[in-house]
Amino acid sequence: MRRAKATTGRTHMNGASLKKNFFWRTLWQQRQLALMSVPMLLYIGLFNYFPLWGWITAFMDYKPALPLFQNEWVGLKNFQWLFSRPEFLRAVRNTFAMAGINLVFGFVFPILLALFLHEIRTLRFKRTVQTVTYLPHFLSWVIVVGIAQTMLNSTGAVNQLLLSLRLIDRPVFFLGEGRYFWWLVGFIHVWKECGWNSIIYLAAMSAIDPALYEAAEMDGAGRFKKMRYISLPGIRSTFMVLLIMNIGYLMEAGFEIQYLMGQNIVMDWSQTIDIFALKYGITKGQYSRAIAAGIFKSVVSIALMTSANFAAKRLGEDTLL
Amino acid sequence: MTDRALVRKKGNGLHRRSIFPYVNAAGMILLMVFTLYPVLNTVALSFNDGTDALRGGIGLWPRVFSMKSYETIFQDEIIYNAFFITISRTFIQTVLNVVLTSMLSFALSRREYVLRKFITTALVITMYVNAGLIPNYLLIQRTLGLSKTFWVYIIPTLFSCFNMIVMRTYIIGLPDALVESARIDGAGDFYLFWRIIFPLTLPVVATIALFVAVGAWNSWFDTHLYNAGKVRLHTLQYLLKMKLATTTNSANAAMTTADAAANTTLTTPVTIRAAITVVSAAPIMAIYPFLQRYFVVGLSVGSIKG
Repeated sequence: MRRAKATTGRTHMNGASLKKNFFWRTLWQQRQLALMSVPMLLYIGLFNYFPLWGWITAFMDYKPALPLFQNEWVGLKNFQWLFSRPEFLRAVRNTFAMAGINLVFGFVFPILLALFLHEIRTLRFKRTVQTVTYLPHFLSWVIVVGIAQTMLNSTGAVNQLLLSLRLIDRPVFFLGEGRYFWWLVGFIHVWKECGWNSIIYLAAMSAIDPALYEAAEMDGAGRFKKMRYISLPGIRSTFMVLLIMNIGYLMEAGFEIQYLMGQNIVMDWSQTIDIFALKYGITKGQYSRAIAAGIFKSVVSIALMTSANFAAKRLGEDTLL
Repeated sequence: MTDRALVRKKGNGLHRRSIFPYVNAAGMILLMVFTLYPVLNTVALSFNDGTDALRGGIGLWPRVFSMKSYETIFQDEIIYNAFFITISRTFIQTVLNVVLTSMLSFALSRREYVLRKFITTALVITMYVNAGLIPNYLLIQRTLGLSKTFWVYIIPTLFSCFNMIVMRTYIIGLPDALVESARIDGAGDFYLFWRIIFPLTLPVVATIALFVAVGAWNSWFDTHLYNAGKVRLHTLQYLLKMKLATTTNSANAAMTTADAAANTTLTTPVTIRAAITVVSAAPIMAIYPFLQRYFVVGLSVGSIKG
């Protein structure tokens, strides 16, 4: 009502000042809503926007002891340093590799689990499977890495199983070999999150009209045909939204598991951009270089996010932005 | 049913005596074993004698039963302190986060609110643009001077944008008439939020509270980064993380059982670590099955475009 009055008023009065006046009057009337939200705006201003200011130090030779603008400007020197360093390039490669593995596994396994769980008619059994598979999601990475070390060491269950199946003839040092690291991270993620990530697909499948399945049965579709032509298309929009979201977060290949599980011998395979930044920034005190690494990561994330969104729009899918 | 129809149906796996349900159930049981075995093995290890555990090969049941690991960890008073710190941070963080998030979601769900668009955009951008580890570290450590205080656990984690969007979507889905009629009766926004909307959002509040509480309970990195030098502020997960660092070496140095037995007393880090794992995971393990019905609400609301 109030808004309607103001818009008509604007046509024959001094529009700009009236609009301004109207804004402050409305804000005063909505002061309780403002009290609920403006403090949080200031909070994110401090914790999310203010640190972006720190990005300028990536273009300086920053020494925390000096006042900010007395540091020397060096242009892109820190970025050049990064890209001339094999260690950083390996960190970029590792981040992409593990992120890619996690992205694919993170869709394939939960969707398969949801498809097969959806076929279970005994409700009690279904719920038991769900409760059990959600369990690892609630364990911390510290615990999961501890368990993984126990399972994977030379006398651990994995080696014993492989030995007894005669797939190997002496224990494999899974955690001490770089070439296993990415895949271990991938499979441990599956162990931890597969059940949890299937929740959303199951919810989408249970929303599918049962008449569709009945019609398909009449047409002679078997179980797998029904999965392929009804269940899978039924979760398509959920899948697309999650895909775009996950591409935006692709550079977050995980931090804790690599940090906790990666030992020095496998560092060439385990170190990600975040760990690189942490090492150079906090341990070695080379803030400018570490911040430059962080900027690189953020810029790539934003580029991935916007292109995924653009592609989705082109394909006529729902978008996030 | 004619023979031909029967044959066709059989071919499609629709025949009444299809073996699919059994194969499927067997697969699910295998999956449960795959999920539970590592967890139960840890429990078994924690009740096993330390020296004996080094021989390896313990399955789902302790081979030489011993409570020694639990006795050892509970003799050290640091674990009581860590429990206290972990519980306090989880409780305070959860309460503050849930109240602030739902208050903000309510304000941003009101279509007539003039700052709605501006604040929402400012918040959503933070989901994708992140200054990164080091600038945040410098803010908390240098600018705000929060390191070596309890508040470093609370203040940087008051709010999560993702949870706000979940909650806001849920509130927008509630019937408008609820708010309208209360407004006509002259109710202010705080009253509306606290007496009318908040009670209706309890399913989402439960989900968000669970997410925040699990995150708080399981976090160790903030302790590692800011409070490592202050033993009184160590959390349970951080204690465990320190044990992880010390057991890693012995597990990977490929030492023989004899070596290992020689340089340990009665308990070894492996069983101690298992005991701390059990102690620190038990509270969440006891709670989550009862909150299961809320997960679906929280997760499916979240996947809808905000």
